[in-house]
Amino acid sequence: MASSSSKFSARLLIERFAATIILALVAIWLGINLVKSPSQFFQASAIGISNGVLYALIALGYTLVYGIIELINFAHGDLFMLGGLFAATFIAVWFGQEEPSNVGYVVFFACLIAVMGFCASINVAVERFAYRRLRRAPKLAPLITAVGVSFIFQFIGIRWNGSGPKTWNSVLPSGEIIIAKVHIPYTTLISFLVTIPLLVLMTYIVTKTRRGKAMRATAQDADAARLMGINVDKTIAFTFALGGALAGAAGLLFQQTRGVTNYNLGYQLGLIAFTSAVLGGIGNLSGAVLGAILIGLIQGLNDGLPIGLGQQWSQTVVFSILILLMTFKPTGLLGKPMVEKV
Amino acid sequence: MELSLRRKTDSSKKKKNNKSFDQKKWIRGFTVAAVLIWVFYAFVVELLPYEVASFFQKWFPASTVNESLVWVICALGLNIVVGYAGLLDLGFVAFWAIGGYTAGWFMSDFFHQIKIHIGSTSPATQNGIHLSFWGVLIIGALIAAVFGVIIGAPTLRLKSDYLALVTLGFGEIIPQFFYNGENIGGFNLTNGSKGISPIDNVGLFGKTLGPFDLDWKYLIFVSLAALMVFISLRIRGGRLGRAWLAIREDELAASMMGVPLMRSKLSAYAVGAVSGGIGGVAFATHVNGVFADRFSFAISIILLAMVVLGGMGNVWGVIVGALAISWVNATGLPAFGDTVNGALGTNINFPSYNFLLFGGILIFMMLYKREGLLPESRLKELLHETDDASSNTGGH
Repeated sequence: MASSSSKFSARLLIERFAATIILALVAIWLGINLVKSPSQFFQASAIGISNGVLYALIALGYTLVYGIIELINFAHGDLFMLGGLFAATFIAVWFGQEEPSNVGYVVFFACLIAVMGFCASINVAVERFAYRRLRRAPKLAPLITAVGVSFIFQFIGIRWNGSGPKTWNSVLPSGEIIIAKVHIPYTTLISFLVTIPLLVLMTYIVTKTRRGKAMRATAQDADAARLMGINVDKTIAFTFALGGALAGAAGLLFQQTRGVTNYNLGYQLGLIAFTSAVLGGIGNLSGAVLGAILIGLIQGLNDGLPIGLGQQWSQTVVFSILILLMTFKPTGLLGKPMVEKV
Repeated sequence: MELSLRRKTDSSKKKKNNKSFDQKKWIRGFTVAAVLIWVFYAFVVELLPYEVASFFQKWFPASTVNESLVWVICALGLNIVVGYAGLLDLGFVAFWAIGGYTAGWFMSDFFHQIKIHIGSTSPATQNGIHLSFWGVLIIGALIAAVFGVIIGAPTLRLKSDYLALVTLGFGEIIPQFFYNGENIGGFNLTNGSKGISPIDNVGLFGKTLGPFDLDWKYLIFVSLAALMVFISLRIRGGRLGRAWLAIREDELAASMMGVPLMRSKLSAYAVGAVSGGIGGVAFATHVNGVFADRFSFAISIILLAMVVLGGMGNVWGVIVGALAISWVNATGLPAFGDTVNGALGTNINFPSYNFLLFGGILIFMMLYKREGLLPESRLKELLHETDDASSNTGGH
C-alpha cells in the first residue's frame, strides 16, 4: 500500500514537473513575441479571441450533450456546418441580400432565429431516431452512430454546397475600428453582440428555469430523475435542441464573418470545439467557454505571431493540446474529478 | 489414480489436437480460394470470350482485387484494436500513412543525398535508399508498432470515448506532419503534398514486379492477408487474446482478475499497428507512390465501417466487410453509376454517394444489427446486454 501511494505521488510529481515546464515554455514563447512586436501580438490575440467566441458556441453543444448522456456527439460539428449552409441559403438565395443594408440587418436577425430553429430540430430528430434507441447500449454503439450521422451530414453538405468551398458576401458592415494599432473588424464586434446574449440566455435557462433544473438532475442521475417525475426523454431532447440552436447560431456567424462554406468545415471546427470543451472540463458550461477562448487564443497566436509554427501546423497544435491534456489532466481546467462507477 | 491422471492428459491432448486441426482447417480453404482466384485472373480471363472478359474488367478488375486485399490487411489490424480489445480507434489511418512513408523512404530515390542498395531490384546506379520489399515490410511493421505504442501510451488511463478522441488526434497529426514535412528545419523529409513516387519494383523469386504485375502482386498481398489472419486467430486463442476479450467485456473486472491492463492494451495497439504498417507498404507498391492527401479521416472511418459491417471481433466477418466495402468504393459504385447513367441517360455522380453509404451503414448496423453480418458469438451477447445495472444514461 505504501509503495503504491509513493509511486502515485512520484507520478504526480513528474506530471507536475512536465506541466510546469510546458507552461513555462509557452510563457517564454509568448514573452519573446510580445517584446518583439507588441502590435502583432495584440492583433493575433484579437483574432484568436474572436475565433474563440465562435468555438464557444459549438463547444457548449458538445459539453451539454456530454453532460447529460455522456455521448461525444461527433456529428455536432457537421450540424454547425449545415447551419452555415442554411444561413447562406436563407440570406443570399432566398432573400437575395449580399451587401450591408437595413433590410440585410433585419434578414440577418431573422436568419439567426431561423437557423437556430433549423439546427435544433435536426439535432432533436437525430436524437429521437438514433441516439435514443441506443441509450442503454454499450458506449461504443452511440459513438459509432454519431460518426455515421456526421458522415450523413457531410453528404448533405456536399449535395447542398458542392464538393469545394463557396464564398459569400456578408450583409454585415465591413469596416473596422482601430484601437492602439489593433484592427478590430465590425464583424468581430457583432459576433460578440450576438454570442454574449446567447450565452447569458443559456446560462439562465440551465441555472434558473425548471427545465434547467430537470437537465441538471438528469445529468446527475437519469434513473433517480425519472423516479422524481422528470420526463427524461423530453429533457434530453431539450438539451439536444439547446446545443443544436447554439451550433446554428455559430454557423450563421461563421458564414457571415468568414464568408466561406464548405462541407468539411464542420469536421475541423467540431474537433477544435470539442478540444475546447475538454480543456475547460467536459460537462462544465463555463469551462467550455473558457476553454474555447483559450484554444482560439492559442490558435490565433500560433497562426499570427512572427515566431510560431504558422497556420499549416494549426491543427497539430490544437490536437497536441488535446492529447497532452487527456494524458495529464483528463478532467480539464474546471472539471470535477470523475470516479468510475462499478 | 495414476491411470486416471494419464487418461486425463490423454484426453486433453486429443482435445488440443482437435483444436489445432480446427485452426488449420481455414488454411486449406483460404489457400484453395486464393489460388483459384489467382489462376482465374492470371490465366483464365485471357481465354474467356470478349464479352465475359470485359464484364470482369468492368466489375471485378484485378487492381480492385489487390486494393481490396490491402483494405483487408488494415481492417484486420483495426479489428484487433476495436474488435478484440474494445478500444475504439478513430485514427488508424496514421499507421497506414507510416507504412506508406516507410516504403517511400526506403524503396525510392527520394533521399538522393545517399546511395544504399540492399537486395533491391532497382539499378545500382540510382541514388537513394533502396531496400528489398520484404525488408521494408518488416521495417514498416516495426515502425508502425513503435508508433502504436506511442499512440497507445497516453490513452491507457482514459475512458473509451476519450480514447477515441486521442487516437483521432494522432490520426490527424501524423498525416499533417507528412503533409507539412517538406521543410522540417530546412530538411525535406516527406516531399509535402507532392508525395514520393515512384516506388521500387518488388522482387519475388528473381522476378521484378512493377505496378502493373497485378497477378503476382496478388499472390504477395493475399499471403500478407493470410499472415494477418493467422496472427489474429493465433493470438486470439492464446493468453493475450483472452486478456483482450476480458478487457473488452469488463475492464475493471479484468484488472481485478489480474489481467495486466497496460501491457495488454499496448500490445493490442502494437499488433494492430503492425498490420497497418504492412498494409501501408503494400499499398505504396500497389499505387506506386505515397501521397499525403490520401491519408484522410475518411479512411479511418471506412476501415471502422468494414469492421462494424462484418462483425467486430470475427476475422471472417471483417474480411467479408472489408472486401464488400472496398469493392463498392473502388469499383461497385462507379461501375453501377455508369450502368445506370448509360441505361437511363441520367447524369448522377454515384461515387459522391459514398458518404451517405458509409454513414448509413454505420447507423443502420448500430441500430439494428450491432454484432455485424457474421457475428462473433461472445460479442453478440455483450452487445445485447440490457442490464439496468450497467445503465449508460447516468451522469458522472
